[in-house]
Amino acid sequence: MQRQVALIKQSLFDQGYLDEQFMELEELQDDANPNFVEEVSALYFKDSARLINNIDQALERGSFDFNRLDSYMHQFKGSSTSIGASKVKAECTKFREYCRAGNAEGCLRTFQQLKKEHSTLRKKLEHYFQLARQAGPKETARRPK
Amino acid sequence: MQYQISSTFSSNPQSLFSLVDMAEVLRPEMLDISNDTSSLASSQELLHVLAVDDSMVDRKFIERLLRVSSCKVTVVDSATRALQYLGLDGENGSVGFEDLKINLIMTDYSMPGMTGYELLKKIKESSIFREIPVVIMSSENILPRIDRCLEEGAEDFLLKPVKLADVKRLRDSLMKAEERAFKNLMHKRELEANDIYSQLKRAKI
Repeated sequence: MQRQVALIKQSLFDQGYLDEQFMELEELQDDANPNFVEEVSALYFKDSARLINNIDQALERGSFDFNRLDSYMHQFKGSSTSIGASKVKAECTKFREYCRAGNAEGCLRTFQQLKKEHSTLRKKLEHYFQLARQAGPKETARRPK
Repeated sequence: MQYQISSTFSSNPQSLFSLVDMAEVLRPEMLDISNDTSSLASSQELLHVLAVDDSMVDRKFIERLLRVSSCKVTVVDSATRALQYLGLDGENGSVGFEDLKINLIMTDYSMPGMTGYELLKKIKESSIFREIPVVIMSSENILPRIDRCLEEGAEDFLLKPVKLADVKRLRDSLMKAEERAFKNLMHKRELEANDIYSQLKRAKI
């Protein structure tokens, strides 16, 4: 079971969903705070759901306030960086470039991709944390080999 | 024998003891000014850090980094709240905030409303808090921004995501500064003790 958890985590890194920042978060876990990473992750998905909603609404209105969109995306990129959400972060960067270029089409396209990556990551992490909890607390606190 | 210097000396030391007791206490060899500052952490309070960030995720992260580094942490979500906490929001003046012991302020740069840079300026304008080191955190590596902050008196500028190593380095340099201040204070008190002892000796107690 624990080996399965380790493999899942390794693949998340290998496939580029997560980067070293996720490992930094794991380093901060201890026996007194064994669920820190899961807590941060939950906070991230709650916060980013709000941002996605805001951006959706802004885009639906049709008026492209690039400054406002860029501001939302700055926040989104920031928290994605803090949790190590590598692919989501990359889409945020792309979106901001399109904002700065005033390219509405590019923004829309990138945002769809971003939502996809975000959703995929959430499912994978939920699965990972669930398994990790079942496997026992020690596994989540260790770096992947 | 070790004497608690701080409890022995008040602003009017002669009032606490009879002169004979005083002479005995103040014999320099009786004063054990400990050079062991590893007891600093236990005799002093933990470093108290005020962290300011509008991002929920980053607040949780920085709080954990600081706790893991054995700091006491207060986290607020805006520069305005930071000013309120410090009593710098103009509401009550700084009355009652002189005893607030903050050793370090860490603030995000980009925040809605007041930025970390503006917060830095306000803190440096304050007579009570201007000596507190302020560290700016930012996800963007913009040189003019970094220069501006350092010129305004920021202690350091950290790129996000902040590393545990960054926090430990800050904490260590602050502890060293506190240690130096502590040692200077103890040295000063030793000199004062020597001085009073000499005076008493001359008076042939």
